[in-house]
Formats: sequence, structure tokens, C-alpha cells
Amino acid sequence: MSTTSYKHYQHAHCESGVTANLLRHEGINISEPMAFGIGAGIFFAHIPFVKISGTPGTTFRTWPGAIFKRTTQRLGIDMHTERFRSPIRANQALDEVLATGKPVGMLSSVYYLPYLPEAFRFHFNAHNLVVYGKEGNEYLVSDPILEETTRISPEDLAKARFAKGSPEPRGFMYYVKSVPAHIDYTKAIQSGIKQTCFFMLSPPLPWFGNKAIFLLSKQIKKYPQKLTPRKASLYLGNVVRMQEEIGTGGAGFRFLYAAFLQEAGELLKRDDLQGFSSELTKIGDDWRNFAYHAARLMKDRKTDLVSYDELSDLLRICGEKERDLFGRMQKIKW
Amino acid sequence: MKANEVPQDKRDFKEGDKIHKLMYALDNDGKYTGITSAGWEAENIATKQAWDAVDEELAETAEKVKNGELSPIAYYMQKHLMEVSLLAKYVGKWQWQVKRHFKPAVFSKLGTDTLNKYAAVFNITTEDLKNFGK
Repeated sequence: MSTTSYKHYQHAHCESGVTANLLRHEGINISEPMAFGIGAGIFFAHIPFVKISGTPGTTFRTWPGAIFKRTTQRLGIDMHTERFRSPIRANQALDEVLATGKPVGMLSSVYYLPYLPEAFRFHFNAHNLVVYGKEGNEYLVSDPILEETTRISPEDLAKARFAKGSPEPRGFMYYVKSVPAHIDYTKAIQSGIKQTCFFMLSPPLPWFGNKAIFLLSKQIKKYPQKLTPRKASLYLGNVVRMQEEIGTGGAGFRFLYAAFLQEAGELLKRDDLQGFSSELTKIGDDWRNFAYHAARLMKDRKTDLVSYDELSDLLRICGEKERDLFGRMQKIKW
Repeated sequence: MKANEVPQDKRDFKEGDKIHKLMYALDNDGKYTGITSAGWEAENIATKQAWDAVDEELAETAEKVKNGELSPIAYYMQKHLMEVSLLAKYVGKWQWQVKRHFKPAVFSKLGTDTLNKYAAVFNITTEDLKNFGK
């Protein structure tokens, strides 16, 4: 009972990766950057008063589930989605779909995936993976962040799918029901870009979108006065991890989005998108530069004000450049 | 970032070198392409630091359990990177109940059912849970 025709491709990010892999199985030739861009995946938020494992919450992407939902909706793909009350029923339903030869996407907690190295296993409940078959008493797993496919026991999979905390996956699974004969990429790309610009520039609150980059920049300036050196270092470290650790493709999804703009520019034959792509690549390099200097500060446990001031400025410049870029992108005449 | 600039700095802790993740970078013609990376020093420092903090706190808690200040539940909760709110959900208790079970005096009077629940969440035997720190 396995969908032998399923082909695994490694991707940078779990959600856009699973979306791309599931659609490719249906014969839709879509890349990860395309899925990420159409799903308006890039974002920024910094919420100092929401602490995650003791450090302020920072994210470079939109909320879990949104990329997958927007991309499939914009491409007109009919998906089946389902949540479950009991793990037994969830595994049964999974087996039934696998028997029809369909690979199934699902949410899981990385903490309960034994095939991942310990360094990456923490209680993050919105990791996406594909199960594409069952052999003996093991499920065949295509985890988009891995180079190769792997396997998992039904018990471990049930634990991962029914992890507690927030958000709770509750066995959430999804698969493609049908795909349209013709897909209009032009419209999907347009609405993806429009939504991205809107979310980056419009939220009137300081914690979301482009404004949050300036908020974080101001906060970092105050770290030496407000926090102990250890805390300051941990706070900075968390930003670097969110930006670079598994799953962003580098520079907090900036390179992934630049790759999308490049591909969209080629497809729609628009030089302006190509131009935006190279600009965003340079901004991505600036983000990497910020992370590099933040890491040096962490390593030396320096607390002199100058280095935190410099770091804050690096971030402010990223924010200014992105504000300008997304502002011009919003005014594109389609 | 260009393809030849994609860092390959090995992550040499907690099996971190088992994964080569995909990065997006520009090839010689300026086209985006996927390149696998073993890791990047900046990111490795941040991840290592976060794990060191976890390990330090865990060692402190282990000490407190041995000195009779905290129960083994507090230790295993931290070992599994949980917070009180999360552990409470897993064992189906209120947070104040879990916090109460951190007290060694309360812990020693817990019934087998409750201990079994905790042990199952921590993936250990009830004996292991009871005997930790003794």
C-alpha cells in the first residue's frame, strides 16, 4: 500500500514545500518559491509581550496554514481537509486515503518526530509533512526539509499529530481532490503580491508587518540597559534562530521570496519584478549581515552600547529598504 | 547571496550535522537555485546558546531535586522542554495542580494513577520517575 509514483523533493520550508510536493504529484509543475509567493508567505512580526520559551515572539513568515490555503485557493485546486478527535480514527482515515494512492499532507509537532536530530526538536506544533505510503507497520514519510524520505511508526506519528499546546494540530490532514484543467498563474501571482504588500505595509499596529522591524530595532537598542547580558544574548539569539534556522531558505524567507519574484518575472515577462527580486536579494544580504554581527555579539557577550546601537541601525536600514520596496511593489500597474 | 557563498559550517552538537538544509542563492547567471548547506556559524552559535541555556537550567533543577527542594516532575518537565501550561494539558490537570506536584512532600503522596500519567508523558517508567534524584 504505497503510492510508488510519489517523488520527494527537498525544500527550504515545510509548508510551501509540502504544498509544492503535493501539487507536483498531481502533475502541476510548481516550484517551492512559486507556492510560497502565491501564498503570500513572507511577513514580519515582533511581539515583545508574547514570550515563547522565555523570549519575545518573532516571526518572518505568515501564520501556519495560510500559505497552503491561499496557494491552493488561488490556483483553483480542490482540497480535502479534516481534523480528528481520536488518534485511532485519524490513522484509519489516513490508511483509507493512502489505499486510494494519494499522498497525504499533515500537521505535526517536531518534538515527536524521532527521525529529526535532537538539535531541532522542540515543541513546535505546525510542522508539515507528507505521508505517501505504508510498508509493513511503518508509514513512508516525505519531510520536505530532509534530503531523503524516511519512515515513522504509527505510534510516533499519532503522538506528533495529536501534540498538545498551541496550536493543536488535532490530526489535521489534507490531500488534493481534483485539479482544474487550466491554471491561471497570472491572477494567482498578482493577488499573492498584492496581499503581501498589504500585510507588510497596512497593519496599523506596531507589532505586525514592516513597522515591527522598526520596533525590534528600537528594542535592541535598549537591551543593554534593560536586560542582563545573558538575557540580551538569548533574546538576540532567538531572532537569529527564527531568521536562519531550518526552514527559511536564508535571511528569514527573503531569498525565497526573491526567488519567487524572479520566477514570476520570467513567467509574466515583467522586468519590474526581476528588478524587485534583485533588490530583495540585496536586502536579504543585509539581514544576513545583521545576523552575523548579532552572533558575534552573542559569542563575546559584549554589553557595550555601541555594538547594540550598531546592530539596531543595521536592522533599521533593513526596515527602511523593505518599506520602500514593498511600497513600490504595491503601486505596480498590472 | 551567491551559490558559492552558501556557508558550510558544521553543526556539531545534538546530531545537528545529520541535516543539510536547502538554501536559495544566485548561480553564476544570476538565477536563483537551491543549494544544500551544512549550517552557518551565526546560526549555530544561536542554536547552541539556546541549548546551553536549557542544559544549564536542567542541571540546576536536577540539583534542586537532589536537595529535596523540587520533585522529579519539575526535572522531567524541563528535560522535555515543557512549560507548566503544556505539561498540564498533557496530563489533563490544572496548572496549579501541576505546580503543587513540584513540592516533594506532595509528590511523595501522589497516587499510582497520577504517577503513571506523568511517567507516560515523559516516556519513562513510574519507578524511574519516583527514583530520580535518590
